[in-house]
Amino acid sequence: MENLSFLIDGLLLGFVYGVAAMGLTLIWGVMNVINLAHGPIIALGSFGVYLLFSRLGMNPYLALIFTGAAGLLLGIVIYWIAINRVIEAPHLSSLLATFSVNMVIIGLGTAAFSTTPRNIDYSLGSLTFNTITIPISRIIAAVASIIFTAVLYLFLYRTTLGKYVRAVANNRAAAELMGIPSRRILALSFGLGSTLAALAGGLIATIFPFTILSGGVYELKSFVIGVLGGLGNPLGALIGGLALGLLEGIIPAFLPVTWVPVLEFALFVLILLFRPTGLFGVKK
Amino acid sequence: MNAWRTPGIWVALLVILAIGLMPIVLKSDATREVVFTVLLSVALASSLNIILGYTGYVSFGHIVFFGLGGYVGLYALNVVGLPLWMAISAGGLAAGLLAFLLGKAILRLRGAYFALATIGINEAMRAFVINFPAFGGAIGISLNFRIYREYGGATSALWLTYYLMVAFTLLAVALSYAIKTSKFGLGLIAIRENEDAAEVMGVVTPNAKTWAYVLSAIIPGMVGVLFYFKNGNIEPGDAFRLHFSIELLVMVMLGGFGTVVGPILGAAGYQRLRGILLTTPVLKDIQLVVAGVLLLLIILFIPSGAVGWLRHRFPKLRQVLP
Repeated sequence: MENLSFLIDGLLLGFVYGVAAMGLTLIWGVMNVINLAHGPIIALGSFGVYLLFSRLGMNPYLALIFTGAAGLLLGIVIYWIAINRVIEAPHLSSLLATFSVNMVIIGLGTAAFSTTPRNIDYSLGSLTFNTITIPISRIIAAVASIIFTAVLYLFLYRTTLGKYVRAVANNRAAAELMGIPSRRILALSFGLGSTLAALAGGLIATIFPFTILSGGVYELKSFVIGVLGGLGNPLGALIGGLALGLLEGIIPAFLPVTWVPVLEFALFVLILLFRPTGLFGVKK
Repeated sequence: MNAWRTPGIWVALLVILAIGLMPIVLKSDATREVVFTVLLSVALASSLNIILGYTGYVSFGHIVFFGLGGYVGLYALNVVGLPLWMAISAGGLAAGLLAFLLGKAILRLRGAYFALATIGINEAMRAFVINFPAFGGAIGISLNFRIYREYGGATSALWLTYYLMVAFTLLAVALSYAIKTSKFGLGLIAIRENEDAAEVMGVVTPNAKTWAYVLSAIIPGMVGVLFYFKNGNIEPGDAFRLHFSIELLVMVMLGGFGTVVGPILGAAGYQRLRGILLTTPVLKDIQLVVAGVLLLLIILFIPSGAVGWLRHRFPKLRQVLP
């Protein structure tokens, strides 16, 4: 029965991982940039919710909306400062450009918040079925993740702006010929990716303690999930997140918990080798 | 060989030798430690440059070879009881072998996929070593201090590692130059510029890439043994720290990627800068911010690095600056 409890915990958490990975994979899909500042933005999302909650007494779930909006702005600013100039350059340039943003955020964050773990002291209790206990915060996090995914899909497939994003992802030069301001769309996409990161960070803050450095773990998980679901495929990212969450729930049943990352990264490398388009990815 | 008549490479080697002799002449332990760090960075950055700068493959987790070398070396010294030179060879061999096996598999991936795979391998290795009892699991391996006695006590063991470090740095730079000026190196540069075209021109790209990867891994493996022999202990968190990997990339970019002198200047410059940032009280807390902003400025405005910029600006330098 304890195993089932682990499994449900892992699965619910998987939705949140999925949201973080969706941000990463959206940016990759639209502009072929691996965003190494993803982790710190996730951590900033956690701090956003934390600060609004502890300083202004705002409900954490309401604070999430403001944090997401701040993430959008931050992402757009990062795009114009750090990425716009290297968008056509080889991969090393954009990797290092986003990594320098990572260093700046971590540096400022460490100076401002130190690295003592914080947590949001806001408990909603938990639901109990027989012997299985599920914290309500995890259920809400999973539901919120599904809502974010749905909103992203509505945006991408039901709005003109979303159509522009898809057009730029598909063929930037052709999109430009059709009169789409591609650079602005890229900035918007980077902003959306950051929003998803910040939202995931905010949800994580309602479940686990965090520091400015803890985003790194979720960034690595986002890589694994992104590759699992196919880089550039947001829905694949959600399913990949669930798969990873399940894996994290199942593995501890028959192996020590420290083996989880070994298997995760081994899986990551194997998928890169044999199915670089992801398990659910379509061939480009 | 004609290539060795260029003065540039000799100047570079002599400068390294001169810097390497400085602590010996001054008989200063503090200088020795500073120079050791700089030389270590030079050796690692020059090695990374073979796969990154010449071949154009972004190895993001290159530190895995340094860490693995360190682990194999300390295991050989501590548990098997091999002498230092054999431990160093074992470290280099292990790193080279890992690179060979990995190369066969992941060098098929291009661009960002390769970079991601190297991150994955570094993380997988770290997570694996944490679970590997022979390497001490999460605690790591601590060198038995008796071993220093075989080398005349801790003090002379430290000097010995220092001399070896100087030698390995010279070797790394000479190797980097030898590769760049060889036909093999030309093949690598052709791969960097256009892999498909290189293949059409008769470069056997899978083999060339694999050997470039192996050559860029062996010296990191060997100096890994030296570093952790000096350090006295090794832990998974330190040995496979992704951050250090990225610092190496920064050094190569700073100095000029694909040049022989670039990684030397980049490594020395980066370590000097870090030293200044860490010792200046105002900047200490935000050293990461300053370093990040500088890195960004370099990437955005001088992407070819210091040496690349000089070569571009003063074409005559191309003959003397390898």
